[in-house]
Amino acid sequence: MKCRKCGRPAVFNMRQHKLALCQVHYPEWFVAQTARAIEKYHMFTPDDRVLVAVSGGKDSLALWDVLLQLGYRADGLYIDLGIDDGVGYSAASRAKVEQFAAARANAHFTIVDIKAEYGETLPEAARRTRRGRGKPCSVCGLIKRHAMNRITRDGGYDVLATGHNLDDEAAVLFGNVLHWQTGYIARQAPVLPASGEGLARKVKPFCRFYERETAAYALITGIDYIYDECPYAVGATSIRHKGILNQMEEEAPGTKMQFYLGLLRARKEGLFRELAEEVELHPCANCGQLTSAPGLCTFCRLWREAPAP
Amino acid sequence: MKITYRDQEWELEGRWRVRDAIKEVGLLPQTVLAVRDGKLLTEDTLLDENDEIKLVAVISGG
Ligand code: SF4
Ligand SMILES: [Zn+2]
Ligand SMILES: [Zn+2]
Repeated sequence: MKCRKCGRPAVFNMRQHKLALCQVHYPEWFVAQTARAIEKYHMFTPDDRVLVAVSGGKDSLALWDVLLQLGYRADGLYIDLGIDDGVGYSAASRAKVEQFAAARANAHFTIVDIKAEYGETLPEAARRTRRGRGKPCSVCGLIKRHAMNRITRDGGYDVLATGHNLDDEAAVLFGNVLHWQTGYIARQAPVLPASGEGLARKVKPFCRFYERETAAYALITGIDYIYDECPYAVGATSIRHKGILNQMEEEAPGTKMQFYLGLLRARKEGLFRELAEEVELHPCANCGQLTSAPGLCTFCRLWREAPAP
Repeated sequence: MKITYRDQEWELEGRWRVRDAIKEVGLLPQTVLAVRDGKLLTEDTLLDENDEIKLVAVISGG
């Protein structure tokens, strides 16, 4: 297979775009596509300060790398959840982020250490509470969302960027369609506007890339990331849904892309207008982040809940 | 040729195209990238009898 740009041997082929590129032209294409998505969806401008949520995985490190290359003012945020599980998952992923930043003069980042700040690691908090029993991901989502909103606000950032790719978005959409969670479907977008004090504007510049495209970018450009999944991701519904979508993609290239981009088109055409009704929000009495729960937000409640029997 | 993926390992006889080799070991070509000597390979690459191929999972998450 030959590179479409220069005719030299291609290293990567995208069946859904009928596009094969070489070692030099693939990273170039990837960076240019990211810039286009940022502009197309009006995510942010060069004047904005961007906070990138980095996990040590391929997507978030690639995103940080590309934003720095494009000259955006992008800092990292690493949330140390204290996940060990015999494999030292958090320690290993944190080391990848530290290595990445150490190799780049302009890569600055903040670490939020959950155990140091709240007295318990994610697995400990999950074991203690009813919400987290047997499903740490539910508590994890809550903790990460809260920390991202807090650092975005306290650090004076204009926008929070995450490394979600098209496979992530398609898997979420698939799950939501299976259960007809119309409210969630209506809110699934490349840009979530800031919903008032303490809730950051959120953007997903990689939402049009397949997962194999971000992995290929990381491999070709030599970004060292953590290959292993979080130990709690094993058997997760979203991973099962990704598998099903990939099976369909195998037989009909472009299936995932059409599924997700179809959602964006439907939204643009106004399909979800009636569903996008506003929920009543008020500031949490403890941390000040907007919440729909009365009194304290769900995050602040988590740390006050007595151990479940 | 030798093919490795996470902690698994396979030996295949003869010459294979990357895509067919991935299917042969029971994986979906969509979900892995093939690497030889640190370099990414396209799916149509014809592999050599003595090649050592590393397959890298592209799926992450939770
Ligand atoms: S798999 Fe679950 S626990 Fe692990 S990082 Fe993802 S959401 Fe958190
Ligand atoms: Zn080229
Ligand atoms: Zn609160």
